[in-house]
Amino acid sequence: MSHLLEVIGLKRWFGVKKGGETRQLHAVDGIDFHIAPGETVGLVGESGCGKSTLVRLLTRTLDPSDGQVRFRNHDLGLIRAREMALHAQRKDIQMVFQDPTDSLNPRYTARQTIAESVRLLCGLRGAEAAARVEEVADWVGLPQALLDRYPHQLSGGQKARVGIARAIVSRPALLVLDEPTAALDVSVQTVILQLLDRLKRELDMSFLFVSHDLNVVRLLCDRVLVMYLGQVVESGPTDAVFHAPAHPYTRALIASLPGGLAGGQATAADLLVGGDPQSPIDPDPNRCRLLGRCPRGLAPCGETGPVLRDLGEGRQVACLYPAVVQHHVRQ
Amino acid sequence: MSPTGKTLLEVDRLAVEFRTRSGTVRALEDVSLALAEGETVGLVGESGSGKSVLSFAAMGIQDPAARITAGSLRFAGQDLLAGKGAAMKALRGREMAMIFQNPRVALNPIRPVGKQIEDVLARHTDLHPAARRARAVECLAEVRIPDPERRYAAYPFELSGGMCQRVMIAIALACKPRLLIADEPTTGLDVTTQAAIMRLISELSAERRMATLLITHDLGLAREYCDRIAVMHAGHIVEVGPTAGLFAAPRHPYTERLIAATPVGANSLDELAAIDGNLPDLRRDDLPACRFAERCPQRAAVCDAPLALLPAEGSHRVACHLPRKVAHSLERKHVASA
Repeated sequence: MSHLLEVIGLKRWFGVKKGGETRQLHAVDGIDFHIAPGETVGLVGESGCGKSTLVRLLTRTLDPSDGQVRFRNHDLGLIRAREMALHAQRKDIQMVFQDPTDSLNPRYTARQTIAESVRLLCGLRGAEAAARVEEVADWVGLPQALLDRYPHQLSGGQKARVGIARAIVSRPALLVLDEPTAALDVSVQTVILQLLDRLKRELDMSFLFVSHDLNVVRLLCDRVLVMYLGQVVESGPTDAVFHAPAHPYTRALIASLPGGLAGGQATAADLLVGGDPQSPIDPDPNRCRLLGRCPRGLAPCGETGPVLRDLGEGRQVACLYPAVVQHHVRQ
Repeated sequence: MSPTGKTLLEVDRLAVEFRTRSGTVRALEDVSLALAEGETVGLVGESGSGKSVLSFAAMGIQDPAARITAGSLRFAGQDLLAGKGAAMKALRGREMAMIFQNPRVALNPIRPVGKQIEDVLARHTDLHPAARRARAVECLAEVRIPDPERRYAAYPFELSGGMCQRVMIAIALACKPRLLIADEPTTGLDVTTQAAIMRLISELSAERRMATLLITHDLGLAREYCDRIAVMHAGHIVEVGPTAGLFAAPRHPYTERLIAATPVGANSLDELAAIDGNLPDLRRDDLPACRFAERCPQRAAVCDAPLALLPAEGSHRVACHLPRKVAHSLERKHVASA
């Protein structure tokens, strides 16, 4: 199966000046993964783990320090971030932002917001552009009557629809969604999630879905990537990872869900110990980054940095002592 | 933890209005809720349903445009609305405390966090300065902040979101209040931090027999941590009851739909059902007696009659003319997407 997007050894370090010397903040520190056509991949991890930096690298609004971002076998990493806006690939990778209120221009009506995308990404003008705007509004279920409203005259769910509409005008192959429902009420969230799921199938898109909400990831995504301090610590099919998480951090995430997960193997014994994560500035490469918070950390964890290795059945984990993965039975 | 203690906070038929240029917003109407010592009650509902208005009114910190037009608020038998809020002033911060939604906004950005705890102690206790400092460090330790001596001098920007939320809790708990109102205490925090903060709150409330009002839109969270749940919709409490019973057999169609929209426990996206329509505009003069009626799939003629929160079973109460029957199926319904 050919990959739509393939990320190889992707790194982004930021220089941090402290006391005259420059140290490196390892925001994204050697990430490998791929997304197949039509696949929905979830990306989870706590704030500060590098999710947003990764998203900016993939949408090419930030230049990588090292590694490759291959999209349809072209190395997108070779295109400079500032040139990406004019590049032909731009229309194939689009993004839906977290807060629909902050990411919409308050002085543009919904129609103007969507029209701007139509003009820039589809190169349409005049009547053709106007027709496309109305067509896209239809796709996302935004009534025509609302198109001439400004963001402050729209509800949260309607603003979310505008944000989605402007991202899909060019029928992108990959849509990156950064917490698209975090600001919404639960009932509106449901409508938007179902809309996204329908659009994905109708427009034949792949999703990279970044979210804090593990329950949403569980329902929407085919595969999940778990990030911790700049690295992927576990990946695999969503069902398998949620029911039998192998990495202690994944186990802790799932054990932290209120009410736990029905039938899941993570329990209260898997909760993290200790306080905040260690600093992402110049981390020791020969030490597991979770050590200190890991309920299972052992002496060798302080001497060897774990690398991602295969567990079979499409699963990978970066831990010296992963939980034994019991064969997951699909219901 | 069973709510065996005596009633601490008593909200009785409270009505709150906001006078605005575009009309009077009837934000709360006929709201009654009681909290007993040692009890944790969850207040759930969509944004705009009046959860925060109720908690702000209970603390006497409502917006200047808000007016309490009816009803009473009592704390341990004492009338909180008497004497232009003098009773409230004496109790607030000492006997009743609040944790706000966004710790970074609620904390003073240019004051060390330890000093902010001391401010509360200076206001409500007669500890001398050195003892206040020691107590502030102790408070930081109580909320499990590592290295409290050093963190005492930290500014909010130097702490992570989870640590700031712990500081907020330390401020709220500094005077060992009997009532804690937690307004979305974990919104915006990571799930691992959320679990740590919620366990901390429930440990502390068990230790001190503190009553806790947990305001949240996260039903999963409310289900995990609350003894009882009150469901709000458009300024009304539509259903209140013990957590297990309310989730197992919701009586009000709004509660039922809210549960059906929650991804917790669902097996696929198609199982989730959205709630039709939006909250009604609370400025309207012609609001129906049941403010959910216009969104309700089972509206009937009887729904225009006056409505009250009536007992359904035991302490489970519901404000609906056509509540679900006890034997109602507990299964999630497969409803086509809206």
